Amino acid sequence: MLSRTAPPRVDPPPLPHVRGPLSAAVLAALRGEPALRADPAGADPYGDDLQLALYCCYELHYRGFAGVPDDREWAPGLLALRREIERVFEAALRRDVPAGDGSVDGVERELDGLLVEPVEGRGPSWHLRRDGELWQLREYVAHRSLYHLKEADPQAWVIARLDGPAKAALVTVEHDEYGAGDPDRMHARLFADMMDALGLSTAYGHYLDAATAATLAEVNFMSLCGLHRRLRGALIGQFATVELTSSPGSDRLVRAMRRLGCPEQAIAFYDEHIEADAVHEQIIRHGVIAPLLAAEPHLADDVVFGIRGSGFLGERFGDQVLDAWEQGRPTLRVPLPDAPALAGSTR
Amino acid sequence: MTDAREVVVTADGPVLITGPVEVVLPDGSRVRSDRPVTALCVCRRSRKAPFCDTSHRRKVRATEGADHDEETRAQPHRTAAR
Repeated sequence: MLSRTAPPRVDPPPLPHVRGPLSAAVLAALRGEPALRADPAGADPYGDDLQLALYCCYELHYRGFAGVPDDREWAPGLLALRREIERVFEAALRRDVPAGDGSVDGVERELDGLLVEPVEGRGPSWHLRRDGELWQLREYVAHRSLYHLKEADPQAWVIARLDGPAKAALVTVEHDEYGAGDPDRMHARLFADMMDALGLSTAYGHYLDAATAATLAEVNFMSLCGLHRRLRGALIGQFATVELTSSPGSDRLVRAMRRLGCPEQAIAFYDEHIEADAVHEQIIRHGVIAPLLAAEPHLADDVVFGIRGSGFLGERFGDQVLDAWEQGRPTLRVPLPDAPALAGSTR
Repeated sequence: MTDAREVVVTADGPVLITGPVEVVLPDGSRVRSDRPVTALCVCRRSRKAPFCDTSHRRKVRATEGADHDEETRAQPHRTAAR
């Protein structure tokens, strides 16, 4: 199906600003400047510098950056540095989330845990539904744009690493994410429409400088698991976590937007996800994970790592956002114009 | 005779039907779903009826005080509405 609207020109985003020695080294390499020394080993694995450096390395595999030659995607120096950074990030996650028990039943229990809804929970969507303000909703959406403007892309890497029923079922979900053949129904497009309706920039990468390390870490975890065949089980676990927890959260955000009087064009994205992800949950559980673990039972712990890793990073993001909001502080590094004025630093 | 359409009854949730469906409601109105798979609500709690919105899920009430915080925080990731 062809789009009813003319496709927009695709312009790669500009390079972001440096946040420390690692991101300085990556950005110098991207610009083709002389190599800078950088040692990821001592860096904060969840900090701004490391997460931005990693995000920039990964972005070469998606849309690239303005002024950076496409071929730099495979520059050996950058790939070597990326590998060092990834090791630090993955080691921290493996330290911070408990490992699975190696059994397929353990994966089932983990999934069951995701399917229980608290009557009253804690998180940005709970807050926004209850009494969040419009500037907070706009901040939340700006953070989420780092992923949603390339929604389903990190998970598409795993298709070639699967086989048989698991592959067919995963592609069914991805097909739906990409609008089932209708570019105007692509989830990334619906997200951009929502941003537009909320007065946010829909330009790809526009909020990269504004995004916090916690936001980047969630997207980096998807790219890490998507780009490494070794982590295909973790990618499936990550995808399952999103699909299983998305319906109720999307419902809360729809109610938040209705309460705040947002236009229907803004509401459509999360409204679509209530129903779509109720279906995706079933397909991922029964169509992807079950046959994947039947074919490769040794991947059980990787699936658990993907579930717990994305849960851990999602909670960090949520806690940071709520802590800032409770103190009336903006969460974006570059605050939106309608956010409250800064009393001190937000960093 | 054509192949029968597969309809999957899940243990705890919706009924899954492959392909586009047109659902006829009690008042005679029709709702269409063009999804590759449609999840039809059978618990009757969906606010998106006749389609599933995961309202069938078990709800847990957090207990008071310190336990409250512990219980909600121990939940493995409730916050990432996509």
